[in-house]
Amino acid sequence: MNRLLVWYGELTTPRQLVHRGLYFLGAGMLWLMIFLVLPGLVLIVVSFATRGAYGQLEWSFTVENYKRLIGFTLFGWTSDYILIVWRSVWVAFVTTAISVFLSYPLSFFICARPERSRYLWLTLVIIPFWTNMVIRTYAWFLILAPELPFAKLASFFKLIPPDTPLYPNAFAVYLGMVSMFLPFVTLPLYASVERLDWTLVEAAQDLYASRVRVFTQAILPQTLPGLSVGVILTFVPAMGMFVVPDLLGGAKYMLVGNLIQQQFGASRDWPFGAAISMGLMILTMISLQLYRRRSKEIEFV
Amino acid sequence: MNAQVGKGLTVRGIDKRFGLFRALADVTLQVHEGEFFTLLGPSGCGKTTLLRIIAGLELPDAGQVVLGGQDITSLPANKRQVNTVFQSYALFPHLNIFENVAFGLRSRKFTQEEIQSRVNRRLEMLGLEEMDRRYPHQLSGGQKQRVALARALVNEPDVLLLDEPMSALDARLRAQVQEELRRLQRKLGQTFILVTHDQAEALVVSDRIAVMNQGRIIQFGTPKDVYERPENQFVAEFLGAANLLHGRGVDKGIETAIGFFHLGQTPPWDQGTVAIRPERIRIASQSPARNGVRARVRETIYRGPNLDLWLEPGPLRVRTPSQRDYESGEEIWLELPPEGLVILDE
Repeated sequence: MNRLLVWYGELTTPRQLVHRGLYFLGAGMLWLMIFLVLPGLVLIVVSFATRGAYGQLEWSFTVENYKRLIGFTLFGWTSDYILIVWRSVWVAFVTTAISVFLSYPLSFFICARPERSRYLWLTLVIIPFWTNMVIRTYAWFLILAPELPFAKLASFFKLIPPDTPLYPNAFAVYLGMVSMFLPFVTLPLYASVERLDWTLVEAAQDLYASRVRVFTQAILPQTLPGLSVGVILTFVPAMGMFVVPDLLGGAKYMLVGNLIQQQFGASRDWPFGAAISMGLMILTMISLQLYRRRSKEIEFV
Repeated sequence: MNAQVGKGLTVRGIDKRFGLFRALADVTLQVHEGEFFTLLGPSGCGKTTLLRIIAGLELPDAGQVVLGGQDITSLPANKRQVNTVFQSYALFPHLNIFENVAFGLRSRKFTQEEIQSRVNRRLEMLGLEEMDRRYPHQLSGGQKQRVALARALVNEPDVLLLDEPMSALDARLRAQVQEELRRLQRKLGQTFILVTHDQAEALVVSDRIAVMNQGRIIQFGTPKDVYERPENQFVAEFLGAANLLHGRGVDKGIETAIGFFHLGQTPPWDQGTVAIRPERIRIASQSPARNGVRARVRETIYRGPNLDLWLEPGPLRVRTPSQRDYESGEEIWLELPPEGLVILDE
């Protein structure tokens, strides 16, 4: 193994390269083992365990938790949990869709600013990141309070009874969710829009394309990489989100995230909570897989 | 309007500013139907801006663009019967060659059969019929350029605009493509407007050339006109090499530092410049009857078919067939024939 090779301008041997690779990778691998792989395995094991009478774990293995998740209870079949999961997927989907819809104009707007003020605008997009999520969500309570114009306007149009706040309801949940995830779509999309080759837009215009065609043929394919990142960064965490729907949706708007939190918290039913978590994880992986296949179909250089 | 213009293009009094920079200053020109017209000039002279105004990709501050008698100045690009071959080709990377070429037809909602036959005809015409399922990144530069050409031509535009379409090709291929482009335009009889900074290219392909500098058109004419009879120093020097002789205008001649030269006519100025192309200067074995200069060879540059000699006094540059060698320091007689001497303006 004394073979020499040139590695990006550096003269070395294969053995040295392998050693160096292990050296650099070791810490990260160890971290992932301890804090991701092990807990994941524990989660799988727990999801097959049984809840004791006082909420303790009993190591008699069963698939009861999973059966319960798809709706089989002591009192016959119910769609409750499936409905909650479906609602979570739907909320995540709508949140992502609205974020994408808002991010396109926003990204183009920021890109059109002169270089100096561009970073100011980007900072404005990022600032919410610096604020604690719970505080941000509580801020919505103030904004949607009955004394402020938004709630007053809504009650004027008879959307809500007079002198009530604009929460808890689905609207408030979407408001909170979109404001939370918007930067996750805007930032990667902005990176794509910034590198946009405008001659393709001009070429499309030159070839008689309508506005819609200019967007779908010249802009969308070029921004797809950024869009994909944004969609994944939003859809996946949005599916498991529980703080926002809990606070802004009240008890009425149960999502899978709340459900899991409830099992590990109030209900003290760890095995069932673990089973729901596993279900959510599987669902996420399926969506990612579907998404990957879709984007492979429209793959381009 | 002028009946002879037909589907021709007229540009009248175009002005365009970018901030403080005046890109185009009162540009007026007329392109006839079926003509190969070239805008020739150094980079930054405004030729591409003019092309983009004609394409509808830029709005002029003043002036009109008239196509076939219709004022199209404020017509959006996607409503103009004008197509462009972009410098970077701007092929859609996610579409295959067939779909790239079909793009304009699909935009205008042609039927599938119509699209099939038109696209295939163009691909065949440009020798791309084997390529139709490939993607732009799988093609060479020359092939991409032909696809860009097919994509524009398939729409049968009233005017085809070409924005330095050959600048990305290597020299050999460029020479070949220039001739092909010339033949193609002759065959189709369509109006082509080419933008280029390459004077050799302009001479090869054009019916008429407009030489531009600093946002203005300096000279119009056939390739032969602008090359042989440049009107001013800029045109003389931009289109190939030129020897410039400054001096005092006298009756049918010019009095210069290296002697008196006969001209066909009396120059319109007292102090001015005449130009002569290096290949128009003859090397004589003995003192010529008139317009002779005794010169010493200072440097010789071998160019394959030609030999360039730099001579004192002057320095004068002479281009001669390379059969005979010249030594540095050798003394020779030169003759600057009156028909080769061009009186320049200003």
